[in-house]
This record gives sequence, C-alpha cells and structure tokens, in this order.
Amino acid sequence: MIEVENLTKRYGRTTAVDGVSFRVQKGEILGFLGPNGAGKTTTMRILTCYLPPTEGTARVAGYDVFEAPLEVKKRVGYIPETPPLYPDMDVDSFLDFCAKIKGLPAASRKGKIDEAVGKTKIGDVRGKLIGRLSKGYRQRVGLAQAILANPDVLILDEPTAGLDPKQIIETRELIKSLGGDHTIVLSTHILPEVSMTCGRVVIINKGKVVAEDTPQNLTRRLRGAGALRVDVRGDAGAAAEAVRAVAGVVSVHPRPESSEATTLEVEAEAGRDVRAEIARAVVGRGLDLLALQQVGMSLEEIFLHLTTTDTAHGEAPPAPAAAPEVTA
Amino acid sequence: MTALRNVWAIVEKEWRHYFGSPIAYVALMVWTLLFGIFFYFAFSLFLRQSMMAAQQMEFGGGPKMSLNEWLIRPVMHNMAVVALFLTPMLTMRLFAEEKRQGTIELLATAPITDLQIVLGKFLAAVGLYGLMILAGLLNLALVWHYASSPPEWKPVVSGALALLLFGSCFLALGVFVSTLTRNQIVAGILSFCLFLGVWTLGWADDPSAGPVMKALAYLGVTTHMEDLVKGVVDLKDVVFYLSFIVFGLFLAHQSVQSQRWRA
Repeated sequence: MIEVENLTKRYGRTTAVDGVSFRVQKGEILGFLGPNGAGKTTTMRILTCYLPPTEGTARVAGYDVFEAPLEVKKRVGYIPETPPLYPDMDVDSFLDFCAKIKGLPAASRKGKIDEAVGKTKIGDVRGKLIGRLSKGYRQRVGLAQAILANPDVLILDEPTAGLDPKQIIETRELIKSLGGDHTIVLSTHILPEVSMTCGRVVIINKGKVVAEDTPQNLTRRLRGAGALRVDVRGDAGAAAEAVRAVAGVVSVHPRPESSEATTLEVEAEAGRDVRAEIARAVVGRGLDLLALQQVGMSLEEIFLHLTTTDTAHGEAPPAPAAAPEVTA
Repeated sequence: MTALRNVWAIVEKEWRHYFGSPIAYVALMVWTLLFGIFFYFAFSLFLRQSMMAAQQMEFGGGPKMSLNEWLIRPVMHNMAVVALFLTPMLTMRLFAEEKRQGTIELLATAPITDLQIVLGKFLAAVGLYGLMILAGLLNLALVWHYASSPPEWKPVVSGALALLLFGSCFLALGVFVSTLTRNQIVAGILSFCLFLGVWTLGWADDPSAGPVMKALAYLGVTTHMEDLVKGVVDLKDVVFYLSFIVFGLFLAHQSVQSQRWRA
C-alpha cells in the first residue's frame, strides 16, 4: 500500500530524512518510532504530499506522491502533530467543510460525518466551537477529520500526544479497530503504544532507518544470548561453580550483594532455557536460591540502544532491566 | 465541476470566518457609514450649488447641474480611498492565519489544488467587498426615489463596476502578500503600503511626462477609473483591471507553491 524508496529530504544544508526505505502492506499498522527531530514528521509530510521529497520516491496505493498528488491525497487521511482546526468554527461545520474539500458527494456527506463522529465519540460536542474544546476533544476532532472520507491510508502523527490516560487507551482501541480496513502509519515516541497497537515497527534516528521488525522480534533479537540473574545466599564461590557446571551456561560473573547474598550474572547459550537446571544445581549444593530472573531488553531499551549509540560511545550500553518472569 | 465545488467550499468557509468574527460587520459598517457621510456632504453641496444655479438661471445663465457629475462621481472617488484602507483588512488573514494555525496543512493535504485554494480565498474577499459596495449603493436609491429628474443609471453601474474592479486588484495583491508571512498584522501593513504605492503611480500621469513616467502612470490603478466612473465602459480599462487581478493571483499561486519547496 505504501512504498517508500530511498527517500531523502534536505532543508538547505540539514538532511532531515536520509535514504529512508520501507513498505507497508494493506491493512497493516506500522509504528514509526524515533526521538524528536528524527525525521518522522518530515517523512509523513512527504507521504501526504505536503512536502516534495528531495530524492527518492514514495508511492501510496500505487500513486507517486510527486507525480499524482491529487490521487494520493484522495486516499490518505492525515492528522499532523497539532491537529489543524479552525477555532472559530463549530465541530459540525468544520467536519462539513472537510467533507467538502475531500470531495464527498452531498448525498453521503451527512452520513459520513455522523459515522466519523460516532467512531471518535465526539457526539456531545458537535455544536461547540472548536476553540472551546479540551485538548482531548480537539485531537479526536482531528481524527474524525482524518477518517471522514474513509481513506485507504491513515497517517497519524503522534495521535495520542496530550491526551489523558483514559483517552489514550480509547484512541489506541480506535486505531486498532481501524486497522484491517485501513492501512495505518502512526508515529510516536511512546513505546508501549507501539507494542500495543502496531504489527510492525520502523525505528528512525537522525533521518535513517535503524531497525525494522515486529515489536516481538525486535525485543527477541536485541535480548542477545539469554541472560539470567541468579540471587543466592551462601558461599558465592560454591554457587558460581555449581552454576558453571550446568550444561549450556557460557559464563558466570558473581557480584556480591551483601555479606551473605550474591548475584550471579549468567549468560546461557541462545535459545536454551537453563533456568530449571540452575535452580536444581544451586539447591543441590545446599545453597538458598533467592531469585532467578530472565533478563530481557524492553522496547524502551532497544530504542535507547539504537538511537543513542553514538552519544553513548565509550560508555557501557544501557543496563538491561530485569523482566520479572521467574521469581523464586 | 469538482474544481468549482472545491473553490466554492473555500469561499463558503471564508465567509463563515468573515461573518463568524467581527471582520465582516466592521467592514460593512465602516463602509456604509462613510458612504453615507460622503453622500450626505456631496448631496448638501449639490443642493447649495443648484440653488445658486437656479438663482443665476433667473438671470438667464448657468447650465443644468447633473446629479451624476455632482453627487455620484465624487462619492465613488471617495469610496475608492476608503477601499484603499479597508481591503488590506479583508485579505491580511487569508493565508497568514492558516499558516499560523497550521491549518494550511489541512488544505494542502486535501485533494484540492493550490489554485483552487487561492481562487476560493480571493473570491470570498471579492464577495464580501461586493456586498459592501451594494450596501453603499442603497444610499443612491434615495436619489431615485426623491429626485424630480432621476440621474442616469449607466454611470452608477459602471462606477460600481469600477469600484469593484479597482478593489479586486487590491484584494488579489492582498492575497499574495498574505501568503508571504504567518503574521496577519505584517500582511496587513505590507498590503497597505503596496496598495498605496500602486495608487500613487497614477499621480505620474502628467501630459508633460516622459515615456517611462507615462508607462508607470498607466500601471496606476486609479488612472483607469476615470472613464468608468463617468459612465464610459472602455474595454482597455476593464482588460487592464482584469490582467492586474490575474497577475496578483498568479503571484499568490506561485508563492503558495514555492513555499512547499522551500519549507
């Protein structure tokens, strides 16, 4: 549905987007992830024909954004970061205007507006001036505008920015429900949002794609060889020796926590679950097993890892947080 | 067909802004008020003069005074000056405000062309300005009602046309200036200065002037009003105004398009 190839956008000397390529299949929800200033908005603006690319091509539903912008615009619903709204218009007349410029025929206009209002749950503010609405409602009016013409592609630039937690959940549900019928590209820097709503993630930093995969795969890939954290009470040396003897364990680094407790950082062979064996070995030596945890990288860490590699040069990579999977 | 519908959607939206805010009411009020005042003064002067003329007539002199010449023509000229002040206020926000609010992104990503946006905004301003002219002309209805020998209607129509064309030149230029900035006050001030500049070009119209000055004077928007206000509809004047408008809109369109490239 969306094919982006080698897309580059330069503003004078600064390069905002640098050779970005990705594809989005029909009905897919793609998360576009990156720190502020990474080039997310610029890429989205090119996809919506707001900006022309400096180099490369972008095609939406088979139409080139540069060659056939009107055809692309007909098929794309878009909310920029700050929803473009006229504060001196009421919601109904704003949506009516949007329906007109989106070329909806007069006969179906009313029905489409009602449908969009229903989906975004803004029925109770229809007669109000947009300038008097809360941020959450404005965001939803912006969303209503985007889905009004029932476009094939929805491009949402930080659709949950500035919403309260309840509204965020509602918006995510809405976006999820729109997936399938619509192809969605959504940008965000809120990571749980991506793992909750998106089927695939493109991580972009400094205008370049640094990773592209499903959220699950990204997590798995970057978890590295299975790392474990084993807390034991008793003789640290004996514990390390016992763990090291377990088949599949690559290395063990004891780190004394207190006078009697020790934490062992254990690295096991990739794809091999050695937790049960380790537990048995420790207990078999007459030591107390306090905790046994698998250490994984959350999406946040992957993100930081990928997007701060040059700034963190020479420093240790971000410490992996413990994912509480097994606690003894 | 769709093109017309899109232009109309923009016109409608701009009218909603004009009438949803005090702009339209203030513009209409100021225009009709000044029209009324000028009308009143011109009419009093006419009455005094014609009274004097009537006295002279008893001694066998003095031509019959024309309402067109004494009343309608001066009022039209005065209103042209008022247009100079009011038109920047009609156009200054058209693009500047869209850019400031970010709503230009909504228009630019909707399936409508830049030309349709520019035309829609221009026509919306012309529509309001036309309404102002019509509201002012109501004063003249009084003349028809009360005058013993009504004035000729043709110069009134051509005079109103002159006002409309002349003001539309400003509106077209104003739309262009509004695309240059995101601050509507800046757009307003720049437009006014530009209009004033175009206006003063007409002052160079002097029989003794050289060819350069003559050419400049020809570009002055006021130069082409004279005949129209007198009731002479000369095609070359109408063509001048229309080309001026097209040029203004062309600049606006180029500006909107080029900003995407530079953005």
